[in-house]
Amino acid sequence: MKIREIAEETGGLGLLTGRAFLALLRPPYEIGLWIRQMEQIGVRSLGVASITTIFTGMVLALQTALSLPALGIKYYIGSVVSKSLVRELGPVLTALIVGGRIGSGMTAEIGTMKVTEQIDALRSMAADPVKKLVVPKLIASLVMLPALTVIGDALGILGGLIVATSTLNLPAGLYLNDVFDSLTLGDVGSGVAKSFFFAYFIAIVGCYNGLNTTGGADGVGRATTNTVVLAAILVLISDFFLTKLFYLLV
Amino acid sequence: MPETLFEIRGLTKKYGPRVVLDGLDFDIVKGECLVILGRSGTGKSVTLRQLNGLERPDAGSVVFDGTDLTGLEERQLFPFRRRIAMLFQGGALFDSMNVLENVAFPLREHTDIQEKEIRETVRHKLSLVGLKDVETKMPSDLSGGMKKRVALARSLALDPEVMLFDEPTTGLDPITSATIGTLINSVQEGTGVTSVVVTHDIPLARRVGDRIALLVEGKFSFLGDWKEAESSSDPFLADFLAGREEEVEHVVV
Repeated sequence: MKIREIAEETGGLGLLTGRAFLALLRPPYEIGLWIRQMEQIGVRSLGVASITTIFTGMVLALQTALSLPALGIKYYIGSVVSKSLVRELGPVLTALIVGGRIGSGMTAEIGTMKVTEQIDALRSMAADPVKKLVVPKLIASLVMLPALTVIGDALGILGGLIVATSTLNLPAGLYLNDVFDSLTLGDVGSGVAKSFFFAYFIAIVGCYNGLNTTGGADGVGRATTNTVVLAAILVLISDFFLTKLFYLLV
Repeated sequence: MPETLFEIRGLTKKYGPRVVLDGLDFDIVKGECLVILGRSGTGKSVTLRQLNGLERPDAGSVVFDGTDLTGLEERQLFPFRRRIAMLFQGGALFDSMNVLENVAFPLREHTDIQEKEIRETVRHKLSLVGLKDVETKMPSDLSGGMKKRVALARSLALDPEVMLFDEPTTGLDPITSATIGTLINSVQEGTGVTSVVVTHDIPLARRVGDRIALLVEGKFSFLGDWKEAESSSDPFLADFLAGREEEVEHVVV
């Protein structure tokens, strides 16, 4: 990718953000469309988000306890699992797994509408495609990805509890006490705030690539792949800087 | 004297180095049906898309009812787009909505009428295009011809003053194509709407067109009524209207 293309894409994403923000402020507020997207993006991703984090919590507990047995680390497994999940793995893994699903879905839907002239049909009927398509997806992502992250964090901690009690023979009370003693509001806040930024990247990249799709079914395929790759890269890169920022703030 | 609805002057459109429209000048008179003919890829649809601002020209003006559309922002075009409806080549029905929701879309978007009245209007618009009891069907359940009819009903929902038809019969069998031609005629006669039809379907052009324009290399090589077309000395126009093939080298398969 050339520098010029990167600059164009960055500018395009920024412009689309601005247009979406203006369209969001302009009445009427189409709450029905937002709720439908929340169901599509959030409720339907609950299964995949749950499986991802519950097994991550289980693996985390198992790996930590079994790889460092001499340090007696298993008595601190609750804090290791909860801190890692809530600050880092919960938001990032949820964003990568759910983001791949919803971002590619957004690009495929809007891209297909673009190549079959449905976007032009919207425009020709004096409707704003940004208000009708981008704003509901953006709002739904900003609300539902943090919500999925919080649910995923809880399930991941539960996964750690299952391993702690069944495999490591720890009492549930010890594990849970360790979780609640070590976890701070700052940990939860930084994880949720990260997922808010990730949601923005996934939705805006998904919608932008959809609106700029050209070239029929082949073009839709290319745009969808591009969304998955770009959204994942943005999540991982921004995660580093957000982690630094939140450690400074909290 | 007939009232001029569109005044198009010096319309130029380029894609990279390729000049698609090279300074087109023409008027569209209220109530007429202008058919734009031309070979595939000559810029007929591009011309049509300038008339409601879906695409912007590189130079020139499109004056509709006294307002130059080329200088307007997207949202400033909305009041004009309510008056200028467009039928797209593939119908462009919204996949996620059923027929009722598709036809009701412009009504729900731009009017305050009650749901009961919307349903009645949708039924009426569908009956105008010869369809009934299809409201709950999804676009994927419809044939190509039915999709075009539903799309026509949708474009008529707000009683537009101008209808733009982009290749309305492409991909349809001859009988369905003839039916679409009849529908365009009946809409024209029933509502007095001004129509612009882009096509290379000569039977359709003969059926619906008051005037025809032939687009060749970014310019109209002919613009006039059928009588003038028949008596024209332009050999390409005569070949095009007669559907005569161009000379190609013999290919052995």
